[in-house]
Amino acid sequence: MGFTKEQLLARLKELGIKFEQYDHPAVLTVEAQAKYVGDKGGGLSKNLFLKDKKSRFYIVSALADTKVDLKVLSQRLGLGKGGIRMAPEEALGQLLQVPLGCVTPFALINESARYVSLLLDKEFKTQPHCFFHPLSNETSISVQASDLDKFLKSIGREPSYVDLEANPPVGKDQPPDLAILVPSGTIDIPDAPENSTSSQAVSEKSIPVQKKCTPASVKSAKPSSADPNAKDKPNNAAPQPNAFVESRLFVDEILKKTTELLLSEISTLTEDVAKQEALAKSVRKHLAPDLQNLTVMFKNTAYTQGFYAGSNCQPKRL
Amino acid sequence: MEKREDKQEEEQEQVVNPWEVTAKDGGKIDYDKLIDKFGCQRLEEPLVDRVQRLTGRPAHVFLRRGVFFAHRDFDEILNGYEKGKKFYLYTGRGPSSEALHLGHLVPFMFTKYLQDAFKVPLVIQLTDDEKCMWKNLSVEECQRLARENAKDIIACGFDVTKTFIFSDFDYVGGSFYKNMVRIAKCVTYNKVVGIFGFSGEDHIGKVSFPPIQAAPSFPSSFPHLFSGKDDLRCLIPCAIDQDPYFRMTRDVAPRLGYHKPSLIESSFFPALQGETGKMSASDPNSAIYVTDSAKVIKNKINKYAFSGGQDSIEKHRELGANLEVDIPVKYLSFFLEDDAELEHIKTEYGAGRMLTGEVKKRLADVLTELVDRHRAARAAVTEEMVDAFMAVRPLPNMFD
Repeated sequence: MGFTKEQLLARLKELGIKFEQYDHPAVLTVEAQAKYVGDKGGGLSKNLFLKDKKSRFYIVSALADTKVDLKVLSQRLGLGKGGIRMAPEEALGQLLQVPLGCVTPFALINESARYVSLLLDKEFKTQPHCFFHPLSNETSISVQASDLDKFLKSIGREPSYVDLEANPPVGKDQPPDLAILVPSGTIDIPDAPENSTSSQAVSEKSIPVQKKCTPASVKSAKPSSADPNAKDKPNNAAPQPNAFVESRLFVDEILKKTTELLLSEISTLTEDVAKQEALAKSVRKHLAPDLQNLTVMFKNTAYTQGFYAGSNCQPKRL
Repeated sequence: MEKREDKQEEEQEQVVNPWEVTAKDGGKIDYDKLIDKFGCQRLEEPLVDRVQRLTGRPAHVFLRRGVFFAHRDFDEILNGYEKGKKFYLYTGRGPSSEALHLGHLVPFMFTKYLQDAFKVPLVIQLTDDEKCMWKNLSVEECQRLARENAKDIIACGFDVTKTFIFSDFDYVGGSFYKNMVRIAKCVTYNKVVGIFGFSGEDHIGKVSFPPIQAAPSFPSSFPHLFSGKDDLRCLIPCAIDQDPYFRMTRDVAPRLGYHKPSLIESSFFPALQGETGKMSASDPNSAIYVTDSAKVIKNKINKYAFSGGQDSIEKHRELGANLEVDIPVKYLSFFLEDDAELEHIKTEYGAGRMLTGEVKKRLADVLTELVDRHRAARAAVTEEMVDAFMAVRPLPNMFD
């Protein structure tokens, strides 16, 4: 279940972030939002949720007046011309867990948005404060850019401010200047039709519950492209012997087992908090013995290699 | 321990020593009598609770279910631990065969738990010399078996930074041998005959073996590990048939100025055919081996596991199962972690509402998971890893 507006605002208060809250009827566009908060000074933001050809996702958050050219952006990110476009609606609900028209940097508070990259308009810093949706279309909050940074850092993100109107040449000797903002992991979203958001109705208040679970106690919620109709028993294939040698394979092994189990339990998932807790407990109970074994073996293998190296160590050559 | 002179009485009593375990009149082992006879103590629930409190984690299944049910001076260890005094663990295996079954794993599974819960080091003795002397095996074969068994032991999940595995053929010598001689000097020939039942026909190798199993109980046997820590106590998890060795050791210890080693002892793991049956290497259907596949496990349980259920479904529903002799329930009490589920099964099966087939299926699932996990870990054990575990090296992080 994604964070609610109330939870986000509570978190901001906890972090000591000052914000002004304005409630209004639901708005889907910047123009509509301007009708309610346009006279409060500061800058309104427009937020784009984008996707590239390799299924990597980006939020571009800019002042309403800033011109954002997707073709230029695509090149600057090193994705070639036309490598980036608006993300599909399902992704909005799946990854950001916000309704249509509600894209906001604050959506990154959700674990599901881990791999979504954020590009912030450097012009935000010229404004005394800027307006964003706090996970709901029916509210706007104004915060200072520095406080937005504080929030981002608190969720483990480094704020990246970009001159969005710039159009530097990109070529052989000029590498794409925004390439480092491309996320390292691709995200696959199951294309099952029951997962698409149905929040066409503007009046829908709450974030639609998606068929995806992110219990906070589970460390990694990396969506996997496994079949949603996975069988009940997780695959108990023995890990490749190399899993104890290379740490990436070791972690993959852990994630593989975690996601297999999560997906197999998804079918029993409901909104019921008790059920969710039971799910998390079940994951821990089933994974713990296997993971412990894997971990001990990893440690032993590492030690063995060190030991071998040490015992075959040549004396220093003079 | 019975003396050979009392042979008549012996036939009628149960026999429990390192080389023979038989119940009286083909019945079950009487553990209460055994505790009385040996003079050790029952491991009562308050002690289990204390372990839980001191280690800050739930007690191991084997403690909760009374698998490890007897001890000597385990409370002394806990008293010291409470005051911040550490101890080390000592256990071992006689590598007589390559095939390990679940019964063999029980002490190692428990020892691993002890190592993790108390964060203490462990020495594991592979008595390849003992097997060479008692069985018709060559020295080289025993050494090979020791290494093979070491791999299965390592697969139980011991931490290499806190574990030293050694084979007698490799390690005996130096300080270890010095302790062996000190111990040997304290035990008369008559005494070993009395304890272990040796006769004039037994070769002298057998007679001089007991000090070898006793020596690891003293920290000075391991100068590369415990140098300067002569005060360190030793805790020995073992099956109760090993008690005679350590009764002898405890007798000797004060005379050498060492602490008596403490013991924590387990009951015997029953054969598939029932408590009265013998688990023997010659009958592969008497036990579940760590190399058995899921299919084999299921088959063995279905065909050979002695059932306490009634002959017919109607009778079963009426009378319920005999939980005393039912092997699947016994095995589940060893390996099914969930206390609530086990209680449920016992209640339902005992009342006749659950059928044998169901219980056997659950057992097959539990054991398959265990064996699969073990096999996966075993596959990751390399020759270099065995070398590392068996290297005579310091363990600077052994109490971390």
